[in-house]
Amino acid sequence: MTLATFKGGIHPPDKKELAANKSIAAAAAPQRVVIPLSQHIGAPCKPVVTIGQEVKKGEVIGEPGGFVSAPVHSSVSGKVIAMGEFPNAMGKMVTSIVIENDGKEEWVSLKDNPDYIKLSPDELKEKIKAAGIVGMGGAAFPTLVKLSPPKEKPIDTVIINGAECEPYLTADYRLMVEKPREIIEGLKILMKVLGVSKGFVGIENNKPDAVAKMKEAAKNEPNIEVCALEVKYPQGAEKMLIKAMTGREVPPRALPMDVRVVVQNVGTALAVYEAARYGKPLIERIVTVTGEGINNPANLTVKIGTLISDIIEQCGGLKESAGKVVSGGPMMGFAIASLDVPVTKGTSGILVLDKEGIMHAEDFGPCIRCGRCSDVCAMGLMPSMLSILAEKGRYEEAKGYNLFDCFECGSCAFVCPSKRPIVQLVRLAKSQTKP
Amino acid sequence: MADIKKEHELIVSVSPHIKSEETTSLIMWTVNFSLLPALLMGAYFFGPKAILAVALAIISAMLSEYIYQKALNKKITINDGSSFLTGLLLGMNLPASVPFYIPIIGSFVAVIITKQLFGGLGYNVFNPALIGRAFLLISFPKLMTIWTEPTAAFLAFDAKTTATPLGILKEEGLGKLIAVFGDKINLYAELLKGHRAGSIGETSAIALLIGAGFLLYKRYITWHIPLSFLGTAALIAWVFGGKNPETGSMVWFAGDPVIHLISGGMILGAFFMATDYVTCPSIRKGQILFGIGCGFLTMLIRLKGGYPEGVMFAILIMNCFAPLIDRGFQSKVFGAAKPAKEIKK
Repeated sequence: MTLATFKGGIHPPDKKELAANKSIAAAAAPQRVVIPLSQHIGAPCKPVVTIGQEVKKGEVIGEPGGFVSAPVHSSVSGKVIAMGEFPNAMGKMVTSIVIENDGKEEWVSLKDNPDYIKLSPDELKEKIKAAGIVGMGGAAFPTLVKLSPPKEKPIDTVIINGAECEPYLTADYRLMVEKPREIIEGLKILMKVLGVSKGFVGIENNKPDAVAKMKEAAKNEPNIEVCALEVKYPQGAEKMLIKAMTGREVPPRALPMDVRVVVQNVGTALAVYEAARYGKPLIERIVTVTGEGINNPANLTVKIGTLISDIIEQCGGLKESAGKVVSGGPMMGFAIASLDVPVTKGTSGILVLDKEGIMHAEDFGPCIRCGRCSDVCAMGLMPSMLSILAEKGRYEEAKGYNLFDCFECGSCAFVCPSKRPIVQLVRLAKSQTKP
Repeated sequence: MADIKKEHELIVSVSPHIKSEETTSLIMWTVNFSLLPALLMGAYFFGPKAILAVALAIISAMLSEYIYQKALNKKITINDGSSFLTGLLLGMNLPASVPFYIPIIGSFVAVIITKQLFGGLGYNVFNPALIGRAFLLISFPKLMTIWTEPTAAFLAFDAKTTATPLGILKEEGLGKLIAVFGDKINLYAELLKGHRAGSIGETSAIALLIGAGFLLYKRYITWHIPLSFLGTAALIAWVFGGKNPETGSMVWFAGDPVIHLISGGMILGAFFMATDYVTCPSIRKGQILFGIGCGFLTMLIRLKGGYPEGVMFAILIMNCFAPLIDRGFQSKVFGAAKPAKEIKK
């Protein structure tokens, strides 16, 4: 059987075996958390607590600063001890609230509502909004915005993204194996909110047990289809996933809603379910801690704001050979300069790579025009030309090669035999010119 | 803040953080390796002079690159296998009888003038080895067309000179060529084996195809250029290549495509020279057009031109068009509106 997929793409070694068999475990509660007020794409939150104030677990500490925004909650109970600029995983200084954990795990009052599915779409949306849910695949786009398409753009399909095409990462896989029922419930809520009757779950075929579990969980749902997808990076990119599942192509610079589709990550679906049923805000997430450079790989439920250094310590610390720590996956994640940065809503993994095998930026050669990058580009671009033009400062010309259609998946840089930093050059060009 | 006591210098760089194991030099050395069977056959048929010519070409190619880069204070890249490959291909494109200075001059022209002066690896417009050979052919037309008989006797130092199969075909016709080799089956067999006059590394079609098969299997080359090149050449050879043995006038659909494919530099050119990454288009669809152009021009020269062989000039002419072809065949951006006629369906 040929599996659904898209044109182009690469087959990096998947390395999921490092953490795939580790059941989700709770990370030890940190002594203090550093919660950035900007964890999402869009406007940062405004703080609504003051230094010295006691907060409960799940209490709002930041109110959304605009429509494209999401509230931020305390992930522990305790006392606000500082507020100010702290570095995030991308090395940017962002306003953050530091809370000292009193260890009491005292929740704001949560109420179980087993009849959540009977709530109206607007009531459900209100709950999703209040829970501060954002896309948990990495981009952290506020979920509510995706669920509020303009009237002239009707939606007919919701896709749950279980591709997890990034090598090493297993957080979504563990969720699908351990909480398939909840994910399907989350999907049903999303379908109800958007008023659509067709739901898909797309999973790369290197996770057959996840496919089986999800199929089992959805067996009484005639409107939900669980599909195995070809194992190929970047299968989990929104546009590629939509193409594979529905055959629809999102036009350049357009959004999934332009082809009547909304895509949400499996972690997001779970958060939606927990918000709708219990009113539970997004204060923790599953993080895969993995890589050759960490002593004990794991899949952990981590409180938002926990420092990566705390997590690494719990996982046995870094090995002598460790050379790079990445927030996210190896293809699109960010290498971090300091371990004292917090886990945020979009942190899908903490990946520790060995020193050996890390390419240094100056070690690249000239483009030999072998065409491998064009072969693998899922967007049909010519990355070789983009990199050559950017290298020479000819940014305007790069636009003629569809510079702004690149979503920086890194497939080109992965296959490049000259090891050219194509993504870096593309970002440079993008920053020096306007779309 | 929690403090991590271990001393770890973290490396920070832009994604992706993993890369494939393929490198430019791995590719270059693999291509060199894939030429080994053909080179061995050349050495077997043409003896120590052939080995000497190829060795001189390789050494002077690498030395040229070294001296140029040293003189201009650039990074020395002779280990990447690319100047070795240029020298090897140039050597394999020479007659075994050439005096020692011919490969040296050819490599100099190939590496310094064609490659380095244009900016080095990746920036040259023309295939360096072919420019080297074209320069030699034009500057030393006599020396470059003295073909010795393939003796297969390793120490036969004074082998007789003879004409190449394509030369015989051009001057005296197919009948004569078959007569020289006995019969048609024997002609094919000898051409495949490489037991015929010609450049050192071009004669053994089988040995070349073994190397080419390996490169295709490794996906270092794709079928696009060789297939369109050979297919076009075969078609033209069949349609226009037939001649009335009495009058010498053209007979439609009577040519022998097989002889054209496995003689001259066709196999070496289609699989190893036209596919040079730097000088061919990088978009696969464009490569098909490039291959068709190469096949067409090769046969135009072979059938109508002054030279018996046209592979070299065909590839060089098509090299000029490679950037233009890439531009024209830039693939469709994902999701971009399909051309109007497709929508009508």
